[in-house]
Amino acid sequence: MLLVLALAPLLTGVVRKVKARLNRRQGASVIQPYRDLRRLLGKEVVLADNASWLFRVAPYLIFAVTWVAAALIPTFATGLIFSWSGDLIAITALLGSARFLLALAGMDIGTSFGGLGASREVMIASLAEPAMLMIAVTLALIAGSTQLSTIAEVMLNFGTLRVSLAMALVAFIIVAVAENGRIPVDNPATHLELTMVHEATVLEYSGRHLAMIELASALKLLLYVSAIACLFLPWGLATGNAGIGAYAIGIVTYLGKLALGAGALAVFETSIAKMRVFRVPSFLGAALMLGLLGVLLRFVSRGM
Amino acid sequence: MIVALLLCVMALLALAVAAVPLAGSKFGRPAIYGGSLGITGLATVIAVAAVGAAPSGIVLPLGLPWLGAHFRLDALAAFFLMVVNLGAATASLYAIGYGRHETAPHRVLPFYPAFLGAMNLVVLAADAYSFLLAWELMSLMSWALVVSRHRDPDNLRAGYIYIVMASFGTLALLLAFGLLAGPAGAYDFTAMSTAHLSPAVATTVLALVLLGAGSKAGLVPLHVWLPLAHPAAPSHVSALMSGVMTKVAIYGFIRIVFDLLGTPTEWQAVVVLALGGATAVLGVLYAMLQRDLKRLLAYSTVENVGIVFIGLGLALAFQADHFALGAALALTAALFHVFNHMLFKSLLFFGAGAVLNATGERDLDQLGGLIHRMPRTAFLFLVGCGAISALPPLNGFVSEWLTFQAILMRPDLPQWGLKIAVPADGAMLALAAALAAACFVKAFGISFLGRPRSTAAAQAHEVDRYSIAAMSLFAALCLLAGILPGYVIDGLAPVVHAVTGARMPVQLAVPFLSIVPSEAAHSSYNGLLVFLFIAASAWLTAFAVHRLGSHALRRGPAWDCGFPDLRPATQYTSDSFAQPIRRVFGTVVFAAREQVTMPPPGDMSPARIEKTLRDPVWDAFYAPVAGAVNAAAQLLNHLQFLTIRRYLSLVFGALIVLLLALAFWQ
Repeated sequence: MLLVLALAPLLTGVVRKVKARLNRRQGASVIQPYRDLRRLLGKEVVLADNASWLFRVAPYLIFAVTWVAAALIPTFATGLIFSWSGDLIAITALLGSARFLLALAGMDIGTSFGGLGASREVMIASLAEPAMLMIAVTLALIAGSTQLSTIAEVMLNFGTLRVSLAMALVAFIIVAVAENGRIPVDNPATHLELTMVHEATVLEYSGRHLAMIELASALKLLLYVSAIACLFLPWGLATGNAGIGAYAIGIVTYLGKLALGAGALAVFETSIAKMRVFRVPSFLGAALMLGLLGVLLRFVSRGM
Repeated sequence: MIVALLLCVMALLALAVAAVPLAGSKFGRPAIYGGSLGITGLATVIAVAAVGAAPSGIVLPLGLPWLGAHFRLDALAAFFLMVVNLGAATASLYAIGYGRHETAPHRVLPFYPAFLGAMNLVVLAADAYSFLLAWELMSLMSWALVVSRHRDPDNLRAGYIYIVMASFGTLALLLAFGLLAGPAGAYDFTAMSTAHLSPAVATTVLALVLLGAGSKAGLVPLHVWLPLAHPAAPSHVSALMSGVMTKVAIYGFIRIVFDLLGTPTEWQAVVVLALGGATAVLGVLYAMLQRDLKRLLAYSTVENVGIVFIGLGLALAFQADHFALGAALALTAALFHVFNHMLFKSLLFFGAGAVLNATGERDLDQLGGLIHRMPRTAFLFLVGCGAISALPPLNGFVSEWLTFQAILMRPDLPQWGLKIAVPADGAMLALAAALAAACFVKAFGISFLGRPRSTAAAQAHEVDRYSIAAMSLFAALCLLAGILPGYVIDGLAPVVHAVTGARMPVQLAVPFLSIVPSEAAHSSYNGLLVFLFIAASAWLTAFAVHRLGSHALRRGPAWDCGFPDLRPATQYTSDSFAQPIRRVFGTVVFAAREQVTMPPPGDMSPARIEKTLRDPVWDAFYAPVAGAVNAAAQLLNHLQFLTIRRYLSLVFGALIVLLLALAFWQ
């Protein structure tokens, strides 16, 4: 649980660094997100006059919910202590809770930007969440369980490639890009009215509240990269009661996978342009359809 | 126990009679609602005790002379009685405070206890005659409550459509019972359940029950009356109609289809699954587009009924496949959702009633900022919104999780219709859950957050303590059922066992109060742990941040990207909030179009934006029927203006035609 918390800002830092290097910029240091967080935590909060208690409580709850969801994902070993307390469906729903609170917090002040962000956020979620659930169902049909540890173990001892699995992977990547507000769905580095979604929602936050929100988004990015790593590239995961050696291998391969994910994301973001907001539904609709197709294939034939 | 419950019903009916003279007096309202609270509270306790007890029956010498009135209390009836009476008791508690603002109490008070009694009677009835009688009484009493504010023409129209649909539904049920009873006329349920029906008759009965019970529950395309009638009634009655009466309809469906009809076929399951999926998604899409708070809640009831029917359809599919464990899981999911929906929908309608009381507004675009003026209501309403959006750790998530597990239970169903319908329903359920979250972000965000959009909203006041108590009770139950679902599932086990012959594994035997759908699957969910983790990490983080970081706070004007505009009209409204979703889904489903008229340069007239929506269900099903009725009426209209000679020749002609028909027939 603490591992993911410690690694999350680093992952964001690495993505930014790689992107900067790809643009032939020097870029900030990879530990810049930690410095940002420390600075934000030390600053006073400027709260809008009509902010309610919900606005002040939401950052901590969003952070806590995202953290719990991230902690449920096997990072380097499958036998986590509390992994049975939630499955892939529960993780999706927990992220849904975080988004619910974030959208409400965006609407609390009563500015047009907040409403805009919240309304676009829920529109994206209304397609991304079912897509994610369809992916969960596909994986569960292959592995016979919605529990992440079990799915990872099944994947680990898995010989043949399956069409439904490939569909699930593509859909998962689309959902991950959309849910984390990356290009081409949203741009995390812009404050331009026409393009922003997440940034508009959190526009009124400052100080420690903003730090919590930023940390929660970093955690969410790490969560998705870890989930892809654990579900589709489970090699190196320590299973059951493995020894120290296996854990060490698990940690090293996990860090390697994270670096790979960060690099791939940065390359993807640099090579593609931002979409118009109303192009996003067709992008996400593709993910939903792929997920549904994967499930249908599993229902029609066990071999697919 | 059944005698005690029947006495409760008698007491409610007596209360209804007593309400006629009492309604005008000062003590009328507390006496009637207090009395209802006491009686239904007692009935709740009896029903809870009866869930695990052996079934009992009684025959009273009432009704048709050669038949008598059969009543029966088994586990299924006991569960639904618990749902009915818990909802009724809390609504009565709420109404003690809420009813104070009633302008015409004599139009509400007498019908209210009778409505409660009728719903109890439907669940207790064990023969076709008393069932239909109670069903019709329930419809009429709720109709009277819907038109209690009859000076509003919209309410009258709602009442008219409701009474037409209700009569149509009862007719369908009457025909269904006729087929079930067979030529011998076995009207009591025990005889019906042992009779063997041919597949064609069984399918017809299912279709009729889907029409009859489905129209009362709000299945698409029979839902049209529901979003008109439910909001028209006073809010505590809206809560009862949405939270409880739809459950009585679901009870009717389960009783007839699972209990009386015998083993279902796969195609029947496919039909139920398809209707459930369509209802869930269409219901929530309609809800998303509403700007009337109570109508939004009513459409969301349609969605939740769809989710229940998805569970019931799965249970039928597994029963057709003789897979009792799967049927038990699916039915548990459906019944759990029945219970959950009663809790959070009542809670939300209570909240909407509180808002209506405080501001006089149901229009979302006139509300805003109520979280400052009504902090308690806002918090409780938020819990309800979270629960209905299926957010963990609240209860709505658990029943949807169970439904998903039921979908995953058996990918190798033998019939190809089910192979398509089951995964498609999974997608529908996922879509409905996500859209519900969007819908309730809108409902809560527009009404309670932001800045007030009208003076009424700016001057709102917190509601009375009875209302708060009723809402608090249900909010607490939403949380409890979410973090301790094992108790609910085990409580449902006798009901599920009585219907499907199997049950889910004992949940309280699972360590740490987790829930598991079956022994074979390795899935589990632990609401308690998730709740504790969230609470602990949120609290610890807040503590650490305030301790180690800064806790300074300064109030200032909103930033809004450096463009502060203090007019509340610049906020997002309910329509603008729904616009992205309207464009994504509405263009296909509702043929939503937007047209912007910009004046040419130099013209001082305002720019206009017009949006048009078409209701596909109304266009496809109701408009043709209404048109045909109208055309027939126009034709028959000519008959009103004939001379006496022509009338006489008409009668003579009719006589000749009938005699000829008789002659040829023989």
